[in-house]
Amino acid sequence: MELNKLTLTEAMDGLSEYKFTGRDLVSACLSRIKEVEPKINAFITVTAEAANKEASEIQEKPGDIKPFLGVPAAIKDNFNTKGLKTTAASNIIRDYVAPYDATVVHKIKESGAVIIGKTNMDAFAHGSSTETSDFGPTKNPWNTDYLPGGSSGGSAAAVAADETIFAIGSETAGSIRQPAAWCGVVGLKPTYGRVSRYGLIAMASSTDSPGPITKTVADARTVYRVIAGFDLFDATSADRPVSDSGNLKKIAGLKIGLPKEYFRTEAQPGVNETVMAAAKKLESLGARVLEVSLFDPKYAISVYTILQRSEVSSNLARFDGIRFGGTRDQFNEENKRRIMLGTYTLQSGYYEAYYQKAQKIRTIIIEDFNRVFEKVDLLLSPVSPTTAQKVGASANQAMFGEISDILIEPSSIAGLPGISVPCGFVKGLPVGMQLVGPMWSENLILDTAQEYEQATEWHKQKPNL
Amino acid sequence: MKYIPIIGLEVHVELATESKMFCNCPAEHFGVEPNTHTCPVCLGLPGALPVPNKKALEWTIMLSQALGCKINLESHFDRKNYFYPDLPKGYQITQYERPFGENGGVSLKNQESGIKKIRIRRVHLEEDTGKLQHAEINGESVSLVDFNRSGVPLVEIVTEPDFRSIEEVDEYLKKLQKIIRYLGISNADMEKGSMRIEPSVSIAPISNFKFKTPNLPNYRVELKNINSFRFARKAIDYEIKRQTELLEKGDKIIQQTRGWDDIRNVTVPQREKEKAHDYRYFPEPDIPPIELTGEQVSGIKYQGELPDEKFARFQKDYGLSDYDAGILTENRETADYYEAAVKAANVLVGADREIPLKLWRKMIANQIINKKVNTAETVPAELVKKIVESKKTSEVDEEKLDAAVNEVLNNNSEVVASFKNGKTGVIGFLIGSVKRIVPADPRLIEEKLRKKL
Repeated sequence: MELNKLTLTEAMDGLSEYKFTGRDLVSACLSRIKEVEPKINAFITVTAEAANKEASEIQEKPGDIKPFLGVPAAIKDNFNTKGLKTTAASNIIRDYVAPYDATVVHKIKESGAVIIGKTNMDAFAHGSSTETSDFGPTKNPWNTDYLPGGSSGGSAAAVAADETIFAIGSETAGSIRQPAAWCGVVGLKPTYGRVSRYGLIAMASSTDSPGPITKTVADARTVYRVIAGFDLFDATSADRPVSDSGNLKKIAGLKIGLPKEYFRTEAQPGVNETVMAAAKKLESLGARVLEVSLFDPKYAISVYTILQRSEVSSNLARFDGIRFGGTRDQFNEENKRRIMLGTYTLQSGYYEAYYQKAQKIRTIIIEDFNRVFEKVDLLLSPVSPTTAQKVGASANQAMFGEISDILIEPSSIAGLPGISVPCGFVKGLPVGMQLVGPMWSENLILDTAQEYEQATEWHKQKPNL
Repeated sequence: MKYIPIIGLEVHVELATESKMFCNCPAEHFGVEPNTHTCPVCLGLPGALPVPNKKALEWTIMLSQALGCKINLESHFDRKNYFYPDLPKGYQITQYERPFGENGGVSLKNQESGIKKIRIRRVHLEEDTGKLQHAEINGESVSLVDFNRSGVPLVEIVTEPDFRSIEEVDEYLKKLQKIIRYLGISNADMEKGSMRIEPSVSIAPISNFKFKTPNLPNYRVELKNINSFRFARKAIDYEIKRQTELLEKGDKIIQQTRGWDDIRNVTVPQREKEKAHDYRYFPEPDIPPIELTGEQVSGIKYQGELPDEKFARFQKDYGLSDYDAGILTENRETADYYEAAVKAANVLVGADREIPLKLWRKMIANQIINKKVNTAETVPAELVKKIVESKKTSEVDEEKLDAAVNEVLNNNSEVVASFKNGKTGVIGFLIGSVKRIVPADPRLIEEKLRKKL
């Protein structure tokens, strides 16, 4: 048995039945990392020694009852980890060791999981390819000539390549769902405010949302339950219970909308068709699938670009060259481009024309979603108009991310939850379908995705590395 | 030509909350070992987030109301973006678009025309910065940053350019300080930097002010580095003179920021303000907007009397003069002490109304004001007893004192002789001798002795 291939659920079951130990799981993942990292480069830091030591110590405390005790986990490198390098994949903080744990990291540690490493990403999460990492690009495990997507490309690739049991990612607009889709794994972007941002190096503060990247929907639910909830250290975190839907809600009778503007004519051939086949599958499971209409997602791109760049220009000001090691010339091209655009849009005289106008349209987009959710329970669409792009595709493409995340950005700026679930392949590369629901509808999304997953085999396919 | 000064004030006050504005670190920073009251939030570490201090919000709203401001029920924080080594995030969290308080006013009394109102433009809440220290270490000039002050809650009170004299500025500042101390939200101590003043000074020909809506000058000079009331007066005075000289020479005055140099007693240019700095303000996305209800706002109103109200009541209820009422209401402690003493007098001497209550009130006031009673050590009832004692002695002793003076003069004929021969210094001996028999005011004894001699 190759323990690193286990899902979180299988790993937890096996541990509780004493079929293997946490030390076995950790060493299985570490040896997989050793084996495939030269090809994949999913990790910036691998904590082999510390992880082994921690896993061994767990063996000595058998009475300890924690949900993830001994389960290996990989964390995106923009989450602060106490005593461990936290680089955000940027040269400017290449050797920065955080003195505190992000709330999500704290919760993962408290649950007993063993952090085996920090995963690669676009530097400061500026991108959708993981090519803008200052630590070299991550490659797609399904075909290493292709990109894993991003910015949580390292986390998605590590899960797809079975280098870890599960991973944590973060999404501002697409950074969990798009790499999950391109790597053929599950990625959940919770409602904004559901999972604390404390300790997550900010990209765009008003949409940043941490979330799980896992091998199955059930795993995503398990991790989500551990990391979600109110946090006193994040003023934007929601003070509302993370309710447990308990029994699986049945798809039968559910109304699922297909926004026609999201099945784009310029999409890569095969992608829309694959997702339409998934819609048929949901229909066969009892859902009522109907076509609905939303604003063209291209409007959301402008809004998101302005708001995100504005916030980025301010959020990155603290890397002022005095502390943390590096100097500002170590920001990469994409970082600099975003800082400059954001600085421009916030200038007095331009602020009203750009930032304020974008905020107004953001409100209109939220109202548009509210209107459609009066008619349907969930929305179904492709995650990205294409499957994984070739290595090098993002070079000199300032809007690469915006184009590959066009179908995600509207729901991100509206703060809505969404999931990416594997639903087929086009030319050997995975296609992800996206389910988006109203605020706080994570349970409904997870229930529906899980029932779909149980009725299909896509998630059981493994890349041949 | 005659000119009139046009002055506006920005006052920063550090709130005396236990913890900082956006984290749990202690807000105390004066005389604290550098960088000991810090955490990821106030150090601006990557990933750290601000959570507003509820007490600081309430105190700002309380102060805004005490200054007669309208409270914005919908308010939010903004980011003010600029680089400076004492600003760890590269932006300051402040309030720009929607301050907690707007359109208030403070009335000044000491003007010839009666009452003059200084309009308050806004009262907003923000965070303080760290502190830079320039030092020499191993022969090298270095700048050190102490982040203990970073994130301490700071209220900014901005007036309209309504001051026309240094005296008005002085009165306003003292009044503002008094109100803040009454509310108990800050010690407003200028020397310790918990109250900081930035006056904006310009001057205009007095002829411009014959109309109801005068044209204000199109420039202003902002003054910084003022850490006492005295320096505020000196700096403004210097600036008025400097600007007058320039205008009289026919020069143009440049809009700029100048710092007060308290060694040379001059203001020196700090930076040109012709091109205003663009702070790229935008709403702070890490803190949701603050929404208040009318009931919440009235719930955080200061429940006690404000200095003006107390002053008026002291005059009315106790029949005190402007001067006495002013000193007794200078701070809440003295006012409370005075009222407790009046009450004690009521109880202690109430039955035996030898002295009318009105006189008691005046005597207690005199005692507190002139004798500088140590209010911390003497309880009010004790003070009343002391007054009763001293009253008894001073009344009964007139005869005794005369007798004692005669006795001493008779018993010390040699000393009296040498006094009359010009050795006037010996009178001290005589005063002492009388005092030993009747403990009375030495000045009174001397007066009686000199008469007899």
